[in-house]
Formats: sequence, C-alpha cells, structure tokens
Amino acid sequence: MTIDVPRIITSRFDRDDSFTLSGYEATGGYQALRKALASSPQAVADEVKTASLLGRGGAGFPAGVKWGLAPENVWPRYLVVNGDESEPGTYKDRMLMELDPHQLIEGVLLACYGIGCGQAFLYVRGEMPLAQERIAQALNDAYAAGYVGKNILGTNFSVDVILSWGAGAYIVGEETALIESLEGNRGMPRLKPPFFPAAKGLYMQPTIVNNVETLSNLPWIINNGGEAFAALGAETSRGTRMFAVSGHVKNPGVFEVEYGVSTFRDLIFKPEYAGGILGDRELKAFIPGGASAPWFFEEHLNLPLEKVTVDRAGSMLGSGAIVVMDETTDAVKSCLRIVRFFARESCGKCTPCREGTTWLEQILQRIYDGYGRPTDLDLLMDVSDNISPGISWPPKQTTICPLGPSAVSPIASAMKRFRPEFEARIAFAEQNRSSVPVDFPKAASHA
Amino acid sequence: MARLTAENVELATEIIGHFPRPKSALIPLLHLAQEQDGHLTDDAMVHIADLVDVTPAEVLGTASFYEMFKMEPVGRYMVNICTNISCQLRGGEELLEHAENTLGIRPGQTTADGLFTIEDVECIAACTEAPCLQVNYRYFHKITNNEFDELISELRSGARSDIPAHGTLAQVRQHIPADRQAGSVVPENTEVPVWLSVSEDGNA
Repeated sequence: MTIDVPRIITSRFDRDDSFTLSGYEATGGYQALRKALASSPQAVADEVKTASLLGRGGAGFPAGVKWGLAPENVWPRYLVVNGDESEPGTYKDRMLMELDPHQLIEGVLLACYGIGCGQAFLYVRGEMPLAQERIAQALNDAYAAGYVGKNILGTNFSVDVILSWGAGAYIVGEETALIESLEGNRGMPRLKPPFFPAAKGLYMQPTIVNNVETLSNLPWIINNGGEAFAALGAETSRGTRMFAVSGHVKNPGVFEVEYGVSTFRDLIFKPEYAGGILGDRELKAFIPGGASAPWFFEEHLNLPLEKVTVDRAGSMLGSGAIVVMDETTDAVKSCLRIVRFFARESCGKCTPCREGTTWLEQILQRIYDGYGRPTDLDLLMDVSDNISPGISWPPKQTTICPLGPSAVSPIASAMKRFRPEFEARIAFAEQNRSSVPVDFPKAASHA
Repeated sequence: MARLTAENVELATEIIGHFPRPKSALIPLLHLAQEQDGHLTDDAMVHIADLVDVTPAEVLGTASFYEMFKMEPVGRYMVNICTNISCQLRGGEELLEHAENTLGIRPGQTTADGLFTIEDVECIAACTEAPCLQVNYRYFHKITNNEFDELISELRSGARSDIPAHGTLAQVRQHIPADRQAGSVVPENTEVPVWLSVSEDGNA
C-alpha cells in the first residue's frame, strides 16, 4: 500500500504487532484518551465537530452533528458501534477491527466520554471470528491495563465496552435494525420518526450509532486536533478515507487516501493503487460506493472522491467500495446478481421491498435464462417504481429503510446504459421459444 | 447434546451479566448453543428461553431470522463460497460450480459423510481477495480450483486442526474482571454521568 498523505487510521497496518496492546502503546496508543481525560467532555465533542468528520458507514452524516442530536438531560445514553460490515464490495471495517482493535476501542472511549454514554456496545458481524477474537483480546488487555471499565486511568470516567456479534443478516447494518438485534430481536428496521436512535434508540434511550471507521479516526483527531484533520481533504469531505477497489483491476486493494482529492481514475488506474483494468481491457462501468449505489461510467472517472460531487452526479460514495467491471462484463448477469442479493437480504417487514425485490429477481432471472418476455423491461421499471417512486436519485422510498430502493439502483443503471443487452436476450428468447432452456451466447458477442 | 452444559450455563450467566437487559444476550447465547452442538437444538433454545426470561417462541423467532443459525445438523465444515458482485466478476460462480462437482452436492446440502456443507453466500468482506470463501468462517483468499481441492483433502485428512468444528466462532471471549467492571447501565438509571459534571479542567 503506497500512501501519499498522512495515514490516519491505517498507520499501524504494516506492523506485525499492530493488534496488541504493547504494539499500540508503543505507537502512541491511548495518549488521546489521557489527553481527553485532562480536558472536558465538551472539549472532546467540540474537537470532533471542528474536524467535520463525516460518518464512514454509508450515509456520510457528520459525526459531530450526530452526537449533538441526543436530547439534553435524558439519561442514560448509549453508544453502539456498527461493525456489521456487509455492503457488497466493502472491505475496510474488518481490517480496522482485525489489525488495529485498540484504535477502535480508544475511539469508542473518546466518544463515550464526549457524549456521556454510560455503556458502549461493539457489534461485530457474525461471519468475522478473527475480528471478534482480536477485539475480545484487546478489550481484555485494555480492561486489565485500566483503559476500560471502572474509573478509567484513575479518573471518575467509567464505562463498560461490551463486545457482541451478529449472526448473518445484511439488514442489521441499518442502525435501527442493529438496535433491534442488540435487544435480542429479529433485525428489522424501526420507523423513523419516531425511532431516531439519537432520541429513541437502544431500550428507547438516546443512542449514538457510529461506524467502525468513523470511530477509528477519533484518537488521531484528539491527538492532532480537529483543525489538523479538517485541513486534509476537500471542503465538504475532510480527512482521509479508506476505499476498497475490487473487480476487474490488476491490483485489487484497500487504500487510505485523502478525502476528496484523488479521483476515481487515480484510484482505479494509478500503479500505486489498483493499477488499471485487468488485461488492459476497456472499462464498462464501475460501482462507486457499494452495491446500493447507482453505477458510474467512463465519463465519471475524473470525478473526485468527494461526497457532494458524487451525490450530485447521481450516485454515492457510500461505504467506500469501488467495484470495477470491464468490457467483458455481462450487464444483465451483474444486475441480476446484485438484485438477488437485495431479494435475499430483504427482512420482509415492508411489502414493496419483500415482494418487489423478489419479483425483480425473478424477472431478471428469466430474462437471463432466455425466457424473457417483451413486456418484461417495462415490468421491471414498474415494479421498481413501486419500491422507489420516480426511480430518481436520491431515491424516494415506500419502505421503512433504503434496502428496497437499493435493489432499484443496479436496474436503473444497467437499463439506462445497457438496455440493448436486455433487449438482445429477450429477442433471442422470442426467436428460440421452446420448452427447453437455450444457452444465450457469451458476453463478448454483445459487449 | 441438548440443554446447555453446566460449563456453558456459567458462561451464559457471565454473558447475560454484560447487558442491561437479559434478552440482549439472546444472540450470543444462541452462538454458544451452536458452538456446543454444531446446530441449534430445540432443547437448547428452550433452555436459553429460561435463561433470558422469554418464551421459547421468541427465541425461535429471533434465531430463525439469522442466516448463521442452523436448525438442522450441518457438516463439520461449512464451506461458504461468495458469489456476490466482486467475486462473481473474478470467478466466484465458477468456483462454486467446481465445489458442487467436487463434493457432489448443491448449495445447502451436506456430504454423506457429514463432513461438508456448501453454501452460496453473500459478500463476506474480502472483495479485494476474490474469489474467496470461508470454511467455518475462516477466510481463504483468491482460491483456484486446485487450491480448493487441496483444501478439501486437507480438511478430510484432519490436517487442518486450526479450523474448529462448525459453530465455534471467536476462540477468545471477553471476560470483565469484577473489580474492573463499571457495571451495566440500565435504562431506569437516569443519573447524569459523573464525569460530565466536572470542571473545565477535566478529570485528571
């Protein structure tokens, strides 16, 4: 990994002992906690606000503002750490949890101190036992060393950080679903309003839900100051960010880059990053921010990795997951696979999503299999419109959470740009109408 | 094989003690039961219902929502092959097909010797290492067909003692020493946290 700016959250990734307490302490670990405890909780919250740290989970809401949404004088407050990383293409929180668990724990402590949270819950994805082990060990060591628990470092700041983990459900990455899961329930999202976590979250108490990467930035911010953090990156997107580049690239990898400065082209093509398209083939499309994000194309390559610009261009940086598809990619197949994901992961609470995503998958599957009907393309758009009226960006929704509308993103993208591929499959089906499936010619013939 | 063992009840009690509400321990306890038996037995779920003071139906209601909880026995090794977008682009579906042919089973099925179950899974957060798979949730990156076959024969011959039987996730548990525990903050405790009422000079 070659990095051209200060590495904030991945600074220890090259060390063999990055996940141990001694390794962490030897590299400035828990100094931010000492510094924070020597100043007021308000000073910590102010520093985070000055940093203009945007949430790194997907929605990109400013962390400092989120902290301020907890109603005054309602106690207790809780902190919930979202480590349920599951957005297809996303691979960063797992690295932060496995390689630098103490940095995350220190971030959790700083947040609890600044917000006044009486207890913190660190919810790790079920399918990540190494992250669970590393965090469990780190917590055990940090408790023994006096960094976590009762009277932290001899002060009157006391907080327990509780490790819990999930059991396989993408939807639990949605904050209200995560809270349901932490309460021991099926992970189904709650309606907002009234259940904004900051007001009515875990056990109906004010609850701040922050992503792993977001919290991992806090030790650096407290050590170096919010202004130093805000000096990095672009006007509307401060600091650095981790991006995972996967798919058809020469060097798939996770890179920490200055937020809002590099472009998609830099990240996909520069040798120090993903190094260009596999086999020097042409780019067909890329997903800029995880499977929920509308696809981007050649003309978007020069956009900076910056939230506002990408939002305006009709997609999102989401969870920092860039998936590259080259010219050999079958748009129908990729679209189907992503839609199938949302159909499988729909929690079933809202009818448009539960029924709609299932229908979308079935229609796409029959188009792909060579049974498509001429009316299917309109039908796809009609079902999509029922889940996300207008099929616009940012999406409107007829559902409680954005999972349903997310299934519409790949369809809207692929149909807008690669409609002839869908039509070709349907025309092929029409010509070869028979009772047995016929193999559609491979991607190269219509790419 | 049924209710939680005495040793696991002790662990369960400790886990319940970490949370302000016992039901919050439900998912961790289901993992504990699955670690004990390889899947979730009815008896274990009834036992857990007792431990966290909910009905067995509520336990089943929660358990049945989550993909990782298995209500029927599965193979000693759960082989989860990712076919989501990043892996699909780099040969995940072909890897799955190879696995199906090699083991003679379809996703969701278990080999006759009870050793392997394969699943066609969603993104497991190793997208830059595609195609990838997990065996009992331990990662294997950029897997070729040959490497898959080697892995299977190693597992068959018992050479992979580093991979515990299905059900075991983290092998390190969080233990909070009694003298270090701040204590759960129940929602009924409406006191302002003490550290918020200190002067601007801080806590040190």
